Amino acid sequence: MDTVTAMADPDVAIAVRGLRKTYGDMTAVAGLDLTVHRGEIFALLGPNGAGKTTTTEILEGHRQRDAGEVLVLGQDPARPDPAWRSRVGIVLQGTGEFEELRVGEVVAHFARFYPNAADPDEVIDRVGLAAKRRALTHTLSGGQRRRLDVALGIIGRPELLFLDEPTTGFDPEARRDFWDLIRTLASDGTTILLTTHYLEEAEELADRVGVIANGRMVTVAPPSELGGRAEQDATVSWIGPDGPKSVRTATPTQLVATLQAEFGGEVPGLTVTRPTLEDVYLGLIGHDRLGLIGHDREENTVPVDATPPQRGHGRSRARSARESA
Amino acid sequence: MTTTTEPTTTGPAGRRPGSAGGVDPSRRGPAGPRVGLARLGAHQILLELRQFARSREQVMFTILFPVIMMVIFGSIFDADIGAGVTYTQYFVSGMIASGLMVTGFQALAIQIPIERDRGVLKRYRSTPMPRSVYFIGKVGMVVTLAVAQVVLLLAVAVPFFNVSLPATSARWLTLGWVILLGTTACTLMGIAFSSLPKSSRSATAIVTPVALVLQFISGVFFIFTELPSWMQQIAALFPLKWMCQGMRAVFLPDAFGAQEPAGGYELDRVAVVLAVWCVIGLVLCLGTFRWTRRQDG
Repeated sequence: MDTVTAMADPDVAIAVRGLRKTYGDMTAVAGLDLTVHRGEIFALLGPNGAGKTTTTEILEGHRQRDAGEVLVLGQDPARPDPAWRSRVGIVLQGTGEFEELRVGEVVAHFARFYPNAADPDEVIDRVGLAAKRRALTHTLSGGQRRRLDVALGIIGRPELLFLDEPTTGFDPEARRDFWDLIRTLASDGTTILLTTHYLEEAEELADRVGVIANGRMVTVAPPSELGGRAEQDATVSWIGPDGPKSVRTATPTQLVATLQAEFGGEVPGLTVTRPTLEDVYLGLIGHDRLGLIGHDREENTVPVDATPPQRGHGRSRARSARESA
Repeated sequence: MTTTTEPTTTGPAGRRPGSAGGVDPSRRGPAGPRVGLARLGAHQILLELRQFARSREQVMFTILFPVIMMVIFGSIFDADIGAGVTYTQYFVSGMIASGLMVTGFQALAIQIPIERDRGVLKRYRSTPMPRSVYFIGKVGMVVTLAVAQVVLLLAVAVPFFNVSLPATSARWLTLGWVILLGTTACTLMGIAFSSLPKSSRSATAIVTPVALVLQFISGVFFIFTELPSWMQQIAALFPLKWMCQGMRAVFLPDAFGAQEPAGGYELDRVAVVLAVWCVIGLVLCLGTFRWTRRQDG
């Protein structure tokens, strides 16, 4: 009874087995499994419509499931009671904006709802809104509003914090600041379940990443090992006499040395790359079928298909590239 | 998937549950928040009133609108409508009743969908706040505003439009319970109605005509007995007509009651109809209230 033991483990913050949810005849979540350990930052990755938000909302107690076992902090979130709510912090996708209230007023008001709330001023300092304490919430910038959302999410000193796409629309600097905040929370022992569109964010923050596609968990691994990334061959690219060349190899250093000898010095346009998290991710979710993250993609190699080998397709092209070199 | 893979990337090493920062579950009380409901409710009422007071459009719309209407109508029509009652006096009683309806029904039926769309309701639901606190906040706000509105209306009507205050304690008592029952019924119906519009944008479009039509057929702007009888009968199904009638019992002489459709103010009937609407509203609220947007499931 592996399921039962995993579900009962006090070191497990979130345990999900066979979760299903359908809307009409559309299946949003199709038998999803997930285990998040206490103290962990777990990132859920997946394209829009993969079932990320539905899953998160079921775990948050905002949505009812159709089937499956779910325990969050040892309780079924389908019947959230105030004691459970006080242990869970939620930062929703949209900002629930309060009209005509000041930052300090909102945070202090929400602090009253919790039995063991943190000091409102301390929390405001912590999320970096000290200068905005007296500002009306609708005058805040997007990043500042998100910080207020986080302040309300952590005011009750949650054991578990849900962050649903927390940095969407942030500029790079604001995103870095935000990551620091999340790391600080995690270092205090807060378990964090993060959903994100940004692979970089998952790579920066998460201890483990779960990739969701078509309502199922495709894989779970630390970012550096996702899709067998660490063991994959490197791709060496350069511009040869007949144009761009790419070779996939397990011994890139040796190849570069050979090339150096061939060219008698600098190799034109030389790059050595391993599949990025994004390459791996695109392969896992069925090759960017929905075209959702293509705009972020940076082409840093000549087009060698870097799909992980276990998914099959793409291998032959890599081999032909190797042979052509 | 149940195996623990040790973190190999960023993130502080050696994190364990409750290692720092005080999230030890054993420190929490077993029964959840034991904070007094009354205290939370009081804070919620203050929060609602603070938001209200800072929103100029709402202050204009809710508090001042009845006064403006009274000034306009009272200045245009000042004829005697029988039994020594001026149109202004008649209109004040109707305006008080319709002000209560606007504050309780119209304002809430528009404001709650906006809060739902903004995710404010979902955010409250994410906290351990007892759900009733939200409703206590709304009811407290409406009652406060209703009283403020009546006081303001009378403060203008008595000196400038020759309206006389209730002369007997029985009439003051009637004023009290009609305000209480009427506001309660309208507030509950406003909360219930708030689940009807698909979005906050359609809320105004749906709610405003309902409120306006009720005002026209319930004897706020026109003398009720001069309306066609089929219109009177439709109006009699809804609370506003009875609230107006109750207010007339407070502000108009007993003799004028003879002109009412039933030959009197029928206060017992006013109480029964409003109480029934309170029950209908409460049942609808409990059965239909949504904390999330419709598309959120």
